[in-house]
Amino acid sequence: MTSGRSLGFYLLLAPVLLWLALLVIIPHVDLALVSLRERVGVGQYALSPANYLTFLNEPLYLVTFARTAVMSILATIITLIIGFPVAYYIAKMARGKLQPILFVLCLVPFWVSELVRTFGWMILLRETGIISSLLQWLGLVSGPVELLYNDAAIMIGLVYTSMLFMVVPLVTTLSSLDDSLIEAGYDLGGSSASVFREIIVPHAMPGIVSGCIVVFMLSLGNYLTPIMLGGKDSLWFTELIYSQFIVRFNWELGAAFGFMLLFLSTAIVWTALKLSGQSLEKTMG
Amino acid sequence: METPDLSCIDLTKRFGDAVAVDNVSFEVPAGSFFSILGPSGCGKTTIMRMIAGFLEPTSGDIQIKGQSVLNVPPNKRPVNMVFQHLALFPMMNIADNIGYGLRRQGLGKLEIEKKVDEALDRIGLPGIGKRQVNELSGGQKQRVAIARCMVLEPDVLLLDEPLGALDLKLREQMKIELKSLQHAFDTTFVYITHDQSEALVMSDSIAVMNAGQFEQVAGPEDLYYRPETAFVAGFVGDANIVKGQVVRSSGHDVELRTEYGTHIKGVSKTRDMAAGRAAEIFVRPEAIRLAKSADEVAELDNFLSGKVEQTLFNGAASRVLVKADTSGETIEVGLPQSGRFDGIRPGQEVHFGWSDKQSNVFETGGL
Amino acid sequence: MISLSMLKTTTAAAVLSLAATQIASAETLRLLTWGGYAPEEVIELFEKETGHTVEVTKSNNEEMIAKLRATRGGGFDLAQPSQDRIAGPQAEFGIYKPIDLSKIDDSLFISSMLEATKGNTTVDGEVYGVPHVWGTSGLVLDTEAAASVKDYVDLCSDDVKGKVSYRLKRPTLIGFAYSMGLDPFAAYGDEAAYKEIMEKVEAKLIECKGNVKAYWGGGDELMNLIRSGEVVASMAWDTGGWKLNGEMPNVTFVAPESGSLGWIDTFVLPAKGKADDAAYAWINFVMRPEIAAKITNVAGNFTASKGGDAGVSEELKAKYQKSYPAADVDNIKWYPPVPAGLEVIEGGVLDRVKAAN
Repeated sequence: MTSGRSLGFYLLLAPVLLWLALLVIIPHVDLALVSLRERVGVGQYALSPANYLTFLNEPLYLVTFARTAVMSILATIITLIIGFPVAYYIAKMARGKLQPILFVLCLVPFWVSELVRTFGWMILLRETGIISSLLQWLGLVSGPVELLYNDAAIMIGLVYTSMLFMVVPLVTTLSSLDDSLIEAGYDLGGSSASVFREIIVPHAMPGIVSGCIVVFMLSLGNYLTPIMLGGKDSLWFTELIYSQFIVRFNWELGAAFGFMLLFLSTAIVWTALKLSGQSLEKTMG
Repeated sequence: METPDLSCIDLTKRFGDAVAVDNVSFEVPAGSFFSILGPSGCGKTTIMRMIAGFLEPTSGDIQIKGQSVLNVPPNKRPVNMVFQHLALFPMMNIADNIGYGLRRQGLGKLEIEKKVDEALDRIGLPGIGKRQVNELSGGQKQRVAIARCMVLEPDVLLLDEPLGALDLKLREQMKIELKSLQHAFDTTFVYITHDQSEALVMSDSIAVMNAGQFEQVAGPEDLYYRPETAFVAGFVGDANIVKGQVVRSSGHDVELRTEYGTHIKGVSKTRDMAAGRAAEIFVRPEAIRLAKSADEVAELDNFLSGKVEQTLFNGAASRVLVKADTSGETIEVGLPQSGRFDGIRPGQEVHFGWSDKQSNVFETGGL
Repeated sequence: MISLSMLKTTTAAAVLSLAATQIASAETLRLLTWGGYAPEEVIELFEKETGHTVEVTKSNNEEMIAKLRATRGGGFDLAQPSQDRIAGPQAEFGIYKPIDLSKIDDSLFISSMLEATKGNTTVDGEVYGVPHVWGTSGLVLDTEAAASVKDYVDLCSDDVKGKVSYRLKRPTLIGFAYSMGLDPFAAYGDEAAYKEIMEKVEAKLIECKGNVKAYWGGGDELMNLIRSGEVVASMAWDTGGWKLNGEMPNVTFVAPESGSLGWIDTFVLPAKGKADDAAYAWINFVMRPEIAAKITNVAGNFTASKGGDAGVSEELKAKYQKSYPAADVDNIKWYPPVPAGLEVIEGGVLDRVKAAN
């Protein structure tokens, strides 16, 4: 009886373990080993921390990482600021059929590939694009304006791409907020601001935290949007990894970059959780 | 006369074509416990939400201490509300919950602490300020929810079926506690409920509401013994309801023949009912005297004999179902727990009767 | 001589088609190639004739090598990297297998090109690549708006400020080096000298950055930039210029004064390829003059097929001749194999240019 149950238990567990082992652990271990190799000759490698030292000693790489992190944090904050009212409207104010319709509208951009979405933004923002033409037609500007190829364009692209991942957890937590708590807040003399600050935000905190983590990670790991919308100065960290792996054939340095990205982004998320007094368990539980 | 704490004048609320509250007027004197009793969907919650300010009346006025509050937003009204599920803030501890409204008023930290401690003492839960909401029992939460409102010293406290979520035993206990809290705080309570026992036990005055209108506003005893409408008679307390026709009527006294042929004497609110009119007779089970011999009930206005069909034991509210010999109708009769009727069994012959003052007769219209 | 070679051709073709259709069972050829190199029409003809089926994966030089490196030469049966990208990766990663030249019908190839490719792709005495499509990169210009641009360095002149685009890839570094009067190919063997050249190019590119509207990444992106008029001068492939010329008469490919850069895309066999027979059959099939002409008409580039230009549309030939007067053809700089290690130098330069303000 006991052995039968434990067999069933392990059978059920097997897919998860296999998935973890084959798709998460083994590739990471392999990548870690690659990152610790240094090329000493044609087809010859030695164990060495050289790749990590390269990362730490080359200001270009550190600066690029810092830039990517700061931009991603900014994108996360903007997404939160835009996403919160949207989520609040969907969860609390939209009635009847409007709710699922609005939800689907948030989902629509994901029916096309990221590439197409990004091209869409390029069509809108480019010098000969729709917005520029519209502004000229309205007489607001005298000549064509270039809205593409700068950091603002990257920001628009990142926020647009991430919106759903912020709105979904927020809608989930906000729908679980009992309306009577909000009413009680007003009833006891609270203003909209204090109800928002003391009741809505604390309740939505798990959604805010998980939304922010997902959006931050997605932005940090985004490749297409910064490359296509970004200007000639807009170096993104994933672009460095891509070029090390694909263009330079330098897998060793690329793997080291990958691990630095993993460590540093984990550190940033951890710090942010500590600063906001949240924990991952609270968020997930 | 002193200005009432709360008065509603011709209050009406429509949702589209549906009328939720239909031209309701009432006054609640200062310091009284006023209940609105009615089945779900009768519009009582709508009235309460209009008073609290969450809904705008379609027409009519709401005055608190003589001042109209129609244009006052909920957070500025001198009214507080205890919600159905209490709506304690789970993200704050007990002290912060109670202090929430005081913080909004901009009181100093020390003053808030003092007031919170006082409030906790008043509700008999000193020293629980640091606890979290989910660490409290149902009854404790109840008291905290009231304290949270009472620290703000509102003119009127609204309570929206706050006992609904409690189990029976606790509910009985809380009824008494609520009443004494009201005395202690000396504040006007407006309580809405669908539970007649809650309303009867606690209230100074009860409004029975049905389909958007008040059927009767009266004290508990009047409501129970002298219902003005068939709805009140049926909704408040238990009653044997018998259909019949008016045989003769003089002043408030009426004699009817039931559909089974029995003649019953009663009183009606309407004078001189026309003979032949259809009517309903409401007789409370506990108003019927049960006897072992016919002599004991012979002097009563109505008396019958019959066979016990069934006994329904329910402690103090125990009943027997008796099938009348002459007509065959089944009547529910209160079973006194004095010991005299111990061992009463189905099939046993019994006699029973009641005074005409105990049969309330209401016209049902038609002939 | 002619009759002998023809006889050889016929025999070889007969033997091959016999091998393909009768001896070997039908195979699936997993082809890793560039867009346009395997048109639908050609695949259909090939499948009908040989019974093999063809699965095409479109890619570029870097990704082809990265893919093959990741699988240590598996997953594909035939790949088409440029000839300068074969010897280095082979020495480093061993991702290809030698070509059995006896299975290749060399009479189908322009022999000078075949010999040059063989020479460039030889590692340890084994040949790893045979040529397929060749072309050049140079300047694609709006000849009216960017009349002053004659060479790569002219992209940095004030006349075209803000209306220039090029890639941040190695061809740009090489092209700029030549137009600055340097000779990067000569320095291939000397890392220090090459580094010095690259440092000069880096300085020039950083200085030039203000002129650049955007660094283009894909062909479609560049096409859109030029079509919209946002860019009037760019560094690009010849075919892109010819294609745009069809839509916008002002725009065409211009060979820079310092010379175009010539590339040859090849056929190589991945080390773990499974359908070698189908791969050889495909090579010999697409090198037939009439098939090669079909590919040229689609891809826009000429092939190493002997007589393959005969079937090419007159329009394309005219564009080619306009862009390449005889002298310019002699001036084409063919990429020599890239020695390992240079890419690291170039990579640093490209990163710094991108990051510079």
